[in-house]
Amino acid sequence: MVTEKDVEHIGELADIGIDTAELATFTGQFNAIVEYFDVLDRVQGDAVVTRDLYNILREDKVEPSLPQEEALKNAGAQEDGFIKAPRVM
Amino acid sequence: MAENTIRFEPDDRYNAFLTVCPQPEYAGGKLSGIAVAVKDNISTRGIETTCASKILKGYVPPYDAHAVTLIRNAGAAIAGKTNMDEFGMGTSTENSAFGPTLNPCDTKRVPGGSSGGSAAAVAAGMVRMALGTDTGGSIRCPAAFCGIVGLKPTYGRVSRYGLIAYANSLETIGPMATNVADVSLLMSIIAGHDRRDSTSYDRPYHHTPSAEIKGLRIGIPKEYFGAGVDPEIAATVRRAIGRLEELGATTVPCSIPSMEYALAAYYVICTSEASSNLARFDGVRYGPAADTKKSWHAAYQDVRKQGFGPEVRRRIMLGTFALSSGYYGKYYAKAQVARENVRKDFARLFTNVDVLCGPTMPTIAFKLGEKSDPLSMYLSDILTVPVNLAGIPAISVPCGKVQGMPVGFQIMGRQFEDERVVDVAYAYEQAVKA
Repeated sequence: MVTEKDVEHIGELADIGIDTAELATFTGQFNAIVEYFDVLDRVQGDAVVTRDLYNILREDKVEPSLPQEEALKNAGAQEDGFIKAPRVM
Repeated sequence: MAENTIRFEPDDRYNAFLTVCPQPEYAGGKLSGIAVAVKDNISTRGIETTCASKILKGYVPPYDAHAVTLIRNAGAAIAGKTNMDEFGMGTSTENSAFGPTLNPCDTKRVPGGSSGGSAAAVAAGMVRMALGTDTGGSIRCPAAFCGIVGLKPTYGRVSRYGLIAYANSLETIGPMATNVADVSLLMSIIAGHDRRDSTSYDRPYHHTPSAEIKGLRIGIPKEYFGAGVDPEIAATVRRAIGRLEELGATTVPCSIPSMEYALAAYYVICTSEASSNLARFDGVRYGPAADTKKSWHAAYQDVRKQGFGPEVRRRIMLGTFALSSGYYGKYYAKAQVARENVRKDFARLFTNVDVLCGPTMPTIAFKLGEKSDPLSMYLSDILTVPVNLAGIPAISVPCGKVQGMPVGFQIMGRQFEDERVVDVAYAYEQAVKA
């Protein structure tokens, strides 16, 4: 059972911004979906995942990339040729 | 260059397009001068690309997706960007921030999703072909609902470079058109290796469809005709399989036991991947600007609350939950085991049969607003998601109507046998046309 408090906490972790007014709806939907997920309890076997491609890396050398003005074009805020982000501290 | 443009002014009464390019350029090549619509989660240099989300409103990619580069090089004219469920999250195109697309066969019904705009644009004759993307059925479902052909290629055969990621272990770009030959033609352009996608295989597609299917062994999984599948749809698809038998194919009843939990596994995996992939939308590098004076949590929460629609927020939270400590083992780890079981089930069946056949969707296109509860919408993906979990190819081809609405016939094949599913669809299409 997922509680409104749980959903509020998950919303915080995901930086999704939840209003108190939305909590009841989201919690109800969450419980229905998570209850459906419980069918996974019946899954047998172990997770030996097989992949035929691995460690696909390119040589570590400089290649052409976007010019600075192109890379900045979609940024909301910029300063001195850099992208400006909200304060962290 | 004026002679190298076409005029594209569609009567878009279905809201299929988010952006129309009225005078797109084209070049010489296999697609010379053909108008191709591109789903709005595929990056197009110089053309706004929003994923049908407010959080990307105004975003103009500085580069083309690899698939777009390839179709441009083949001469195609990019006609515009098509509507979709926001970030590909939905089965109806109702989750678009810019209003739903309507089904050209019945405007009171959804076109399916998430590539609903691409399907409607093709079905309404606005473009000859379109690119869609398929994470859990998003090409095949709208193809089925709108009565066109859509191919979900083998995972890794078409580069995902420039596809704005939602669930990258599941999704692929693929072709949509009114007929199998055009789907095959578009696939021949977009398939091939691209080193900018680390999951890309060197498996180009050079194929001309052949209707010769004598001796083909078709598996009929009982789960595709069981509870939850509209009996009229099941009967219509059985008749389509009967046509293939008349052409010399044999059928074998079979079962996919892992279908019991495939849908749950799919939703755990896609939401988990979404919670990580969509973390990049914070209003810093693109999208509506974050308030840089606020602390970063507060600024990001403001942007994401206003920018993402309810289904996207729900899926990000579900994924965050499924990956959180204490629940990871119960959900995400189990889902990966389930996924491996699905893969093994298909591998086992494909030692005995060449393709598997069934309906694409369990119902005809639903009415707008009919599935307001998220779980009931998720359940309609039951017949399409197993293919994405296994990474194999599948095609949906129209096979008749139920209550006046198109029904999709799904043909699933072995990994890298996209050519074979195309041939089986082509054989069926030619047989009913004759």
